[in-house]
Order: sequence, then C-alpha cells, then structure tokens
Amino acid sequence: MLNFIARRVFQSIFVMLAVGFIAFAMFRYVGDPINNMVGQDTTLEQRAELRRQLGLDDPFLVQYFRFIGNAAQGDFGMSYRQRRPVSELIESRMPATLELSFASAVIALFLGIPMGIYTALRRDGVLSRSFMTLSLIGISLPTFLIGILMILFFGVMLRWLPSFGRGDVVDLGWWSTGFLTKSGWQSLIMPAFTLALFQMTLIMRLVRAEMLEVLQTDFIKFARARGLPERMINFRHALKNTLVPVITITGLQLGSIIAFSIITETVFQWPGMGLLFIQSIGSVDIPVMAAYLLLIAFFFVIINLIVDLLYFAVDPRLRVQKS
Amino acid sequence: MTRNVLSRAYNSDIFYSFSHSPTAIVSAVVALLICLGALFAPLVSPHNPFDLATLDLLDANIPPIWSADGDSRFLLGTDDQGRDMLSAILYGSRISLLVGLASVLFSLVVGVSLGLISGYAGGRVDSVIMRIADVQLSFPAILIALLIDGIARGLLPRHLHDSLSLYVLIFAIGISGWVQYARTVRGATMVERNKEYVQAARLIGMRPFTILRRHILPNVLGPVLVIATIHLAVAIITEATLSFLGVGIPPTTPSLGTLIRIGNSYLFSGDWWISIFPGIALVLLALSVNLLGDWLRDALNPKLR
Repeated sequence: MLNFIARRVFQSIFVMLAVGFIAFAMFRYVGDPINNMVGQDTTLEQRAELRRQLGLDDPFLVQYFRFIGNAAQGDFGMSYRQRRPVSELIESRMPATLELSFASAVIALFLGIPMGIYTALRRDGVLSRSFMTLSLIGISLPTFLIGILMILFFGVMLRWLPSFGRGDVVDLGWWSTGFLTKSGWQSLIMPAFTLALFQMTLIMRLVRAEMLEVLQTDFIKFARARGLPERMINFRHALKNTLVPVITITGLQLGSIIAFSIITETVFQWPGMGLLFIQSIGSVDIPVMAAYLLLIAFFFVIINLIVDLLYFAVDPRLRVQKS
Repeated sequence: MTRNVLSRAYNSDIFYSFSHSPTAIVSAVVALLICLGALFAPLVSPHNPFDLATLDLLDANIPPIWSADGDSRFLLGTDDQGRDMLSAILYGSRISLLVGLASVLFSLVVGVSLGLISGYAGGRVDSVIMRIADVQLSFPAILIALLIDGIARGLLPRHLHDSLSLYVLIFAIGISGWVQYARTVRGATMVERNKEYVQAARLIGMRPFTILRRHILPNVLGPVLVIATIHLAVAIITEATLSFLGVGIPPTTPSLGTLIRIGNSYLFSGDWWISIFPGIALVLLALSVNLLGDWLRDALNPKLR
C-alpha cells in the first residue's frame, strides 16, 4: 500500500511539473513579458536593465525552476492588465468559486445517487422513466443554456431570484462568504443548480448502470436464495459494490465542477476565479491564465490522490492484494 | 453492383435495428433536416444575414411573427442588428456543423494515428504517448480548448485573430478530444498485433506503416465510429460554449453560440427570442446526434442484443 501511495504521489508531482512547464512556456514565450510591463516611453537600456533584473536572460532551466519555486510559494507575478499581484487577484476570487463548487457538489451527490438507485430498482416506473428522459436532456443541454433558461424564468419572468452577482457577502478577514446572508443564499440557488445539473445526471446514470450490473451477479442471486430481505440486498450488498467506480467518476467530476464553473460564472456574472480566467483570455493576461491553469491542475491532482486513497477504504480486496 | 450493395444494406442487422428504433429514425430525420438547412442556407433562408446592404437598424429587435409587434418579413424576429433570426440560425448552424465536423475529423486523425503507433510500437513510445494522454485527460476538454484559444490570441496579431478564429477553434477543440480515440485504438491494436494475420504480414516483410494502414486500421475502426458520433455532439456544444464565452467565432459571422451570446445581453429587456431560438436549434442538433450515437453504440455491440 505504501508503495502504491508513493508511486501515486510521484506521478502527481510529475503531472504538476508538466503543467508547470506549460504554464512557464506560456508565461515566457507568449508575448514579451517586458513589453507588457512597461509603457511606450521606456528606453531600450531601461528595458534591458529590467530584463536583467527579472532574470529573463538566465538559462532556460534556471528560469523554469525559479518559476516553479515562486509558484509553489504562491507568487505568480503581476497581472498585465490590472497591475496587481496575480496571487492577490486569485485570493480575492477563490472563496466565490469554492462556495459555488461546494454547493453544486452537494446537490449533485445528494440528488444524483438516490435518483440512480431509484431508477435502477424501479426500472419501468413512470418516475424512473421521467428521470431518465430528464437526464438525457440534462446531458444534451449545454450548461450555459440551462443558465440562460433559469435566468429567463426565475429572474426575468417570475422575478423570484437575483440573476447575477453573489448578493451580500460577509467578510471574515481571509474569506468572504455568501452563506451568512439571505441575498447570498438567494443568489447561490440558480448558479449552483446550473452547475450541478450535468454532474448530477452523470452520477445518476453511472449509479444506475452499476447497480443494474451488480444486481445481475451471482452473489446477489445467492443472497436472494438465502431469503434476505430485498432492502438488505439492495443497500447492504448491491450498493456497496457499486461504490468503487462511483467514487472514481464522482471524484473526477468534483474536480471538473471547479473548472466548469468558468461557464456558470460567466452566465451569472459570479465574481469567481472562472470569470477572472475568461476575462484574462479576452485581454491576453498571460500571468493570470498561467496561474489559473496551475491552480486547477493542483486541485485535480489532490482530488485524484484522495480518490485513490479512498479505494483502500472502500475495497478490501485491494488492501489484501497489495500488502 | 449498386443494387447488390443496396440490398445488402437493406438486409443488414444495422438497418433492421435502425428501422425498428423510433428514436433513431426521429433523430436521424431531425439531424438530416438541420444539416440540409445548414448546407443549403443560401438557397432556403429568406434573407442574407451577412449582406450589410439589406440590413436596417430600424428592423432591430423585432419579436417573432406571432407576437403583437411582429413583422411578417421576419418569422422568428430579428437580432440587435436587424438580422432575420431564422436566416441567422441557418447560417449559424452551418458554422457550428463545420467546426464540429472539422474538429472531430482532426481529433480522429490525431487520435487514431497516435493510438495505432502507441499500440503497435509499445515500449517507450507507448508510455510517452499514454503519459501525455493521462495528463491531458485529467483536465476537462473545455479548459484545454480555452487555454489553446488564449495562447493563440497571445501569439497572433490582433487583426489576424478574427479572420483565423475559425481555424484556431477547430484546432483547439480538435486537440482537446484526441485522447479518447487514442486510448480505444491503442487497446484494439494491442489485441490485433498478436493475431496471426499481422504476424504473417510481418513475416513476408511488410513495412510497419503498411501493416498498420492496410491490416490493423480496418479492424479497429468499429468503435472509432461510435466515439466520433458522440464526440460530434460534444464538439458542437464545445464550440457553442466557447463562442458563448466570447472566445470563439466573432459576431460578424455568428455561429449558434455567438447568436446566444448576442441575445444574452438583451434577455433582461425581455427580448428572449434572440437567444432562445438559436438555443433550441443547438439543443435539437446536439440531442439528435447524441441519440444517434447511443443507438449506433447499441446496434454495433452484439452483447446487448
């Protein structure tokens, strides 16, 4: 097991270094960093001096490792457009994105898994069929359209919910939260459901497919033959054995919620990192793009690691094999 | 000869399964209608949305024909520049389909080639290609497409960017989707590589490239077809999403996503039709392609029969 964990950690570090390399290449070679920092009236000598100060004349590898070292300490350089440290910008946007992603993940899990179990157990029920049809629409409808439709119905026509922004936020010093005010909660509802819908349908379909497969296996037939109550078969035996693939996909999906929040944040003008990223693409603000890339990669790597460790908790066979 | 092919097609399992699946027939008809409408847009659309001479800003933001302020010239109303929505949608689905098909083709060629090489060569080549695939697979395709678009913006001069945006988009979406093809083809190639006909071909001294192209490729293409169909729906939606986010097709030659983006800013003044109609067209297109892909996967998989 230790061996396995060590290998996974090593792989994660490799992924981070590879992504760091891409981020560095973007930062260094897409556009000229000096031109983006100084005005028109800077002389060539001043430019050369700045270039030397920033170490842009150093060998490639030195620059790369300096970039990685700075990034590991949270220093991503200055934003070209806003003239502020990138870390400061991201820090101010991070709470909004994480709260939105957390809310959507909770919705996706707590609605998706029960719906999946239900549709697997009552395959031909009317409710199951409508869930399945809805899920097909959920997969085919692009996220941004769901958001637009929600804004149209609940924001413009019914005027129940605010259509943009985060509402009032309470500043806790290092974290600004929308969970403590009424307008914060109201503003959260539509973006959170928009973001959750796709992951929810995916989780639901996955749980359903896995349940159906497990219910066909011999040990379930044997459990039936033993006369165990249906409830126990379904939840004690079947559900438990569907969990490994469900955890894998769900974990990966939770990571992509943070990335997909780019779209939802743009639709609802939610002041998070995703909106910052889109704005930075529009204005070719490379340091912000590079920092966002590294951060998302970091989230993904951490989530993947946790998912792999969860396997050991869920599947006893792995523990036996590896030790 | 043609007759023989036709009768063989008519008697095939695929056709049988198709004619007995109402979902497949309906979605094929819908997809075909949209494709024909897009292909013949200059012939069937009532106006030319790109002809600046016929546009009149006084015609801007007219609601569809059935509402009180509708205009009989514009069936689905007009957008903020006075373009007829129906024509704009027909021309827009043309661009959406073009980008979708081209990027699927691009992913397919890159993915299948790398998959074949990876599966046949094995060893170090295989592990390098698959490591790259692993790293890429750990990010959502949309993020990769966004990044490539952002980098292209930085590298290209501003005046070139708008005219090249179509190709940048195809490249970005294409690159973001190759991994799935490569993985599937690699797996199938590793199985085929050890079969006798491949060994025989190797024995008679055929070059690896010829073996891959003439012998292995035809045997691994089945699943690729299914992936390509489902990927087409994904690519169309990705294009629409990027254009909606403002990093895709510029508003001068709008795709469906660009039209929705234009309409989005008029949503609060009640002009819902500018984004809702292109949205419906997009969903119909994506849904019908998706359903066709689902059907094809089931029809080609003998285990499910």
